[in-house]
Amino acid sequence: MKKDIILAGVGGQGILSIAATIGLAAVESGLFLKQSEVHGMSQRGGDVQSHLRISDKEIASDLIPGGKADMIISVEPMEALRYLPMLSSEGWVITNTKPFINISNYPPINDVLAELDKVSNHISIDADQIANELGSAKSANMVILGAASPFLDIDFKILENAIRFLFKSKGEEVISKNIEALNAGRKFTENKI
Amino acid sequence: MFRFVSIQKIQTIKDINFMQKLLLLGDEAIAQAAIDAGLSGIYAYPGTPSTEITEYVQRSKEARAKNIHSTWSANEKTAAEAALGMSYAGKRTMVCMKHVGLNVAADPFVNSGVTGANGGIIYVIADDPSMHSSQNEQDSRFFGKFALIPILEPSTQQEAYDMVHYGFEMSEKYKTPVMMRITTRLAHSRAGVLRKEPKAQNEIKLPEDLRQFVLLPAIARKRYKLLLNNQELFENESENNFNTYFDGKDKSLGIIACGIAYNYLMECYPDRNIPYPVLKLNQYPMPRKMIQKLVNECDEILVLEDGFPLVEELVKGLLSVGLKVKGRLDGTVPRDGELNPNIVALSLGLVVTAGKNIPELVVGRPPSFCSGCPHADSYNALQDALKPYGAGRVFSDIGCYTLGALKPFEAINSCVDMGASITMAKGAADAGLVPAVAVIGDSTFTHSGMTGLLDAINNKSNITVVILDNGTTGMTGGQSSAAFGKIEDICKGLGVEESHIRVIKPLRNKHDENFKVFEEELAYNGVSVIIPRRECIVTLNKRMREKFSQKK
Repeated sequence: MKKDIILAGVGGQGILSIAATIGLAAVESGLFLKQSEVHGMSQRGGDVQSHLRISDKEIASDLIPGGKADMIISVEPMEALRYLPMLSSEGWVITNTKPFINISNYPPINDVLAELDKVSNHISIDADQIANELGSAKSANMVILGAASPFLDIDFKILENAIRFLFKSKGEEVISKNIEALNAGRKFTENKI
Repeated sequence: MFRFVSIQKIQTIKDINFMQKLLLLGDEAIAQAAIDAGLSGIYAYPGTPSTEITEYVQRSKEARAKNIHSTWSANEKTAAEAALGMSYAGKRTMVCMKHVGLNVAADPFVNSGVTGANGGIIYVIADDPSMHSSQNEQDSRFFGKFALIPILEPSTQQEAYDMVHYGFEMSEKYKTPVMMRITTRLAHSRAGVLRKEPKAQNEIKLPEDLRQFVLLPAIARKRYKLLLNNQELFENESENNFNTYFDGKDKSLGIIACGIAYNYLMECYPDRNIPYPVLKLNQYPMPRKMIQKLVNECDEILVLEDGFPLVEELVKGLLSVGLKVKGRLDGTVPRDGELNPNIVALSLGLVVTAGKNIPELVVGRPPSFCSGCPHADSYNALQDALKPYGAGRVFSDIGCYTLGALKPFEAINSCVDMGASITMAKGAADAGLVPAVAVIGDSTFTHSGMTGLLDAINNKSNITVVILDNGTTGMTGGQSSAAFGKIEDICKGLGVEESHIRVIKPLRNKHDENFKVFEEELAYNGVSVIIPRRECIVTLNKRMREKFSQKK
C-alpha cells in the first residue's frame, strides 16, 4: 500500500490540520509516513502545499516525484489546478469548489471549475456550504478530508480517532463538529462513486 | 509531540518499539536529540528553516524540568558566542541558525575552530536551496570546511537524531566544534524517529588549559597547528561512521549522494536495487579512501548534492584531469535550485512521468500583508510623504515588511541583509541622495541595526530611520523581540535627538497625522527616527483567542 498525496490551499486554510489527521491515522495504522510542509515566507496569504506520503514500506524521498501523486486534496479550487503536474494519470483530485479570493486577478470561478471537470478523476465539493449547514464554518477542511477518505485506504474509525486526538484540547464540541464534517464529506463522495 | 499508539494495542515487542517512535520534523528530531544527549543550553535567533529547533526546546516540558537554557538571542553572533561560553564551562550546547545567519556569526564560528571546544558544541545550520524563504542559497558546508571542523549532513530525520548524539561525543573527544548542515526539506519534513536513552547533563568543568580560548597570536598559532593535525583524525571519523559504501554490479557509473540527495536517488529505484556503486555521503571532511575506491572501480562519477557543487568540484579538480565527473558543473544536474526525485532521475538517464501542465488560467498567489497588518498603514503614510522627493530612496531590511516590495506598495528599493537598511541609507546619503530612508523592523533593529544607527549619528547623516515596531519577530511566526520596550531608550542612548524620535500609531484613521510626522522628519537635516508602533495582527489575534478560551 502506498499513497502519495499533495495537499493544497492558501495559508491559514487548515491544510496542516488535514496533514496532521492523516499522519496520525497512518501511524496508528502502523504505516510509514513522510510529510513535508511549508513554513515561513510562503504562509502570508500565499499558496501552500504539503507532500504527504504514506506506505507500508519505508519511504525514501520527502518529496513526491512529479507526475506520480495518487491524489491532490485541495481546500481551494484554483490551488488544486496548480499541482496537476504532480498528479499521475490515474490520480484523483478532491477539491473544495469555494474559491479563496485574495488577489485581484483571480480567474472567473466557472472557468476554474470547467478546468477541474477536465480532470478525469475528480470530486468537487462545496465544503464551505456543507460546513456552514452543519453550523461549523471552520471545519470545511475536515469536509474535504472526509470526501478524500474513501481513497486513503485508512480505516475510517482510525481517522475519526485521529481527529479526537488532534482536537482534544479544544473540547468535545469542536471534536464532534469536526467528526460530523468528516462524515458529511465522506457521504458526498460515496454518493458520487 | 505525538505519541499515538493506544495502550490496548501494545501486544508485541514490535509495538513497544513502535510506541517510542515520535513523529517529528527534522528540526524537532534535532531538538529532541539534543535534549536526550544532555544539552544544557540552546542559542539561536529565529530564521526559516531553523526556527523550530529552538521552539521545540522552549515548549518541551522535559527541557523545562532539566532547566535547559532556551531564550532567544539578539542575533546569531551573540548566540554563537554565548554557546561558546557554555562550552568553555564544560556543558553541552547547540547553536541554530539559517544559512545567512552564519554570515553574521562567522567571526565566532570560524575562530571557535581554533579555540576548540570544552563541553560539546554543535552548530546546526539550515540551508535553503531554491530560496523558499531566503535571499540566497549559499551552501554552509563551505563554511564548515573553511573553519576546518567536522560536518554532519543527515539524509533522514532519524539520522539527524542519531548524529546529534554522535556529534556531541565527537566534539568532546576531539575538543572541536561540530557543524550539522541540513536543508529546508529535511528541516520541515516529518517522519518517525526512535529515541535513545536520555543522558544527564555535564557538570561544570573548566578547560584543562585555561588559555585554550585565549587567541593571542602565540597561543592561536599553537591551537591552529592542533586544528590542522586534527584533520586526519576527523577524516578517519568520516571513513568509519556515517558514510556508507554500497557496492553495485554496473561499474560504468559511481554515484556520490550527499545528505538528502540520497533519498531522491533511492526514490528512483522503487525496489531499492541500484545497479551502480553508491557512496552515501553524510560526514565531512570527505572520506578520501572511500572516494578513491569509488573512483578506482567506476568509469564515471555522478555527484548528487543539494546546494553548491562542493564535493563535485573537489573530486573533479580544477582541470578535471583523467576522470569524468558529472553533476551541477557540467549541466547533468541544474546549477541552481534544490534537487528532487525527477531531477535525479533525469541525471541518471531514467524516464520520468509528467503530469498535466498547469492550466493557463492559474495565476500566482504571492504572499502579502495580513489583513489589518500595521506595516501596510505605515507604508501608505511614508509613500505619500515621499511623493515630493520621488521614488527610489527607501532602503529596507529582512522581515514581513519586505513584502512592501510587492504590489500594490512597491515601496522599498533594497533588501540585502539584517540591518543593511540603515547603513545603506547612510551610504546613499553620504553620496548625496537625501533624504534617504531606512525601513527596518524592531527585532531586526536590535539584531543588527543599532551599530549602523550609531555610525549615522556620528556622521550626522541626513537619514530618516523608520523602525516598524510590531512587538514581535513576525515573519518567523511571532517569537519574542529583543527590542521590546527598549527602542526609544536605545535611540536616545545612541544619540538621536529626543525631538526627532517620533512614535506614531499606524492606523488608517490616523493617516493624516502620521503623514505629517513623516513629512516633518523627511525635511529635517539629520538623523531622525520614526517608530510606528502597533502590535502584529497575528500575535494580537492569537493572544485574544487564548484570552477568550481561558475565560471559557
